[in-house]
Amino acid sequence: MHFTKDHEWIAVEGDVATVGITNYAAEQLGDVVFVELPEVGKVLKPGDSLAVVESVKAASDVYSPISGEVVAANDGLTGNPETVNQSPESLAWFARVKLANPAELAGLMDRAAYEAFLQGL
Amino acid sequence: MSDTEVLSKTVLHPAHLALGARMTAFGGYDMPVQYPQGVLAEHRWTREQAGLFDVSHMGPSFLTLNDRTGDAEADHAAVSALIEPLISGDIAGLKPGQLRYTVLLNETGGMIDDLMVGRPLQPDRQGMLYIVVNAGTKDNDFALIAAAAKGRATLTRADDRALVALQGPAAEAVLATLFPEAADLGFMTFRRFDRKGEGFVISRSGYSGEDGYEILIPTAQALEVWDLLTADARVRPVGLGARDSLRLEAGLPLYGHDADETVSPIEAGLAFAVAKKRRARGDLRGAERLARELSEGPARLRVGLRVLSGAPAREGVEIADASGAVIGRVTSGGPSPSLGFPIAMGFVPSAASAVGTPLQVIVRGRAQPAEVVALPFVPHRYVRKA
Repeated sequence: MHFTKDHEWIAVEGDVATVGITNYAAEQLGDVVFVELPEVGKVLKPGDSLAVVESVKAASDVYSPISGEVVAANDGLTGNPETVNQSPESLAWFARVKLANPAELAGLMDRAAYEAFLQGL
Repeated sequence: MSDTEVLSKTVLHPAHLALGARMTAFGGYDMPVQYPQGVLAEHRWTREQAGLFDVSHMGPSFLTLNDRTGDAEADHAAVSALIEPLISGDIAGLKPGQLRYTVLLNETGGMIDDLMVGRPLQPDRQGMLYIVVNAGTKDNDFALIAAAAKGRATLTRADDRALVALQGPAAEAVLATLFPEAADLGFMTFRRFDRKGEGFVISRSGYSGEDGYEILIPTAQALEVWDLLTADARVRPVGLGARDSLRLEAGLPLYGHDADETVSPIEAGLAFAVAKKRRARGDLRGAERLARELSEGPARLRVGLRVLSGAPAREGVEIADASGAVIGRVTSGGPSPSLGFPIAMGFVPSAASAVGTPLQVIVRGRAQPAEVVALPFVPHRYVRKA
């Protein structure tokens, strides 16, 4: 798994990347009550909004860490947004993205580096 | 507020840290936004049992005549005459022990703040008013009131004490363990209680729509009373996050969001706070505008909106009519934990303000259907006494 400083995780299988947010990010957001997902077919660049996660207090963008086309969205989250708090690093993935530039992954952290990054916050 | 600015701390700040609260800057103070339970659980607990809120960042104060005659009615009339020119309410007409919600007005009838003004119950404390203003506006409000009273009365700030709100259906039974007679207070009444030789000011009031109290606690007893209240199994501490979602469901405006200096109390749906006696006398600031809006109806009105599908509509979201024309903006909004759908308040032209009017909210560029609904969204459960 790869991680970003924005507290996203990226799991890659072949040329498809699955993207979600980390336990830390879910904890910081508080109770998630609404999730807005990207449409399949949407083409993302790094920094584009990939999803919006809303708590009672605020709406937070999840920015795409990578380039590529959305090939699936986790529609199950729409009816069960609390999954983001319960299983952020497994069931609560937001989208699967067909990687346009796998070289982008090289700049991301592995789990050990991400844990060290969290320690420094 | 910049990160480098030093935040004030309430007397209860150590209690919040000990409880593991997540803190945030609010109104110049470092305040608990939520405790480990989280906003949803805190919100629901307040509706079902009792939530305890630190609201010491607000502005409690006392305005006291410099020269009291000892004639209770004359002294009350004299101190009321000092503050009435600034506000919309009939203070002279308050009964002993009564608390009133009122509005500080500017010269054009816009709202400088909303506030509570109370007349003490005790005969020997007449010629004094209990005044509570909002956190973010308190310095300006206090300056206005002190200037208006200059030479005749003295404004004493009490925001170095603790002010807490105990809200929810269990509040009466919980507070009775410390102050049995507080149960006799009715909604929007208050009185002084003594504990360990110091004065507490307890009002039956709040900002959640539930029954409950607001309690001004002497500094030295603040942490002890907070701990006593939170030790009760019916009580959980509640942060500013749930305070906001509760007041939104209760349809209560938040100054600086649902009201500001451009908004009149009539537009804000607060005509009840503009006293009939004051209107008849015509001595309100901005009287002309207020009279016109009352007789002809205001051009715009604060309404409640139910978002029928899609994302929560938060502050700043555009409100459109059925044809898509933008007619207003959301001033407060979010998911309603009690109702399970998004709710919002905002200003729309009076012609679009009737309950049932179909509207749209534009969230992240997408039009979502919404409908004007009656306020409050969740019924108030205040306990009134004859």
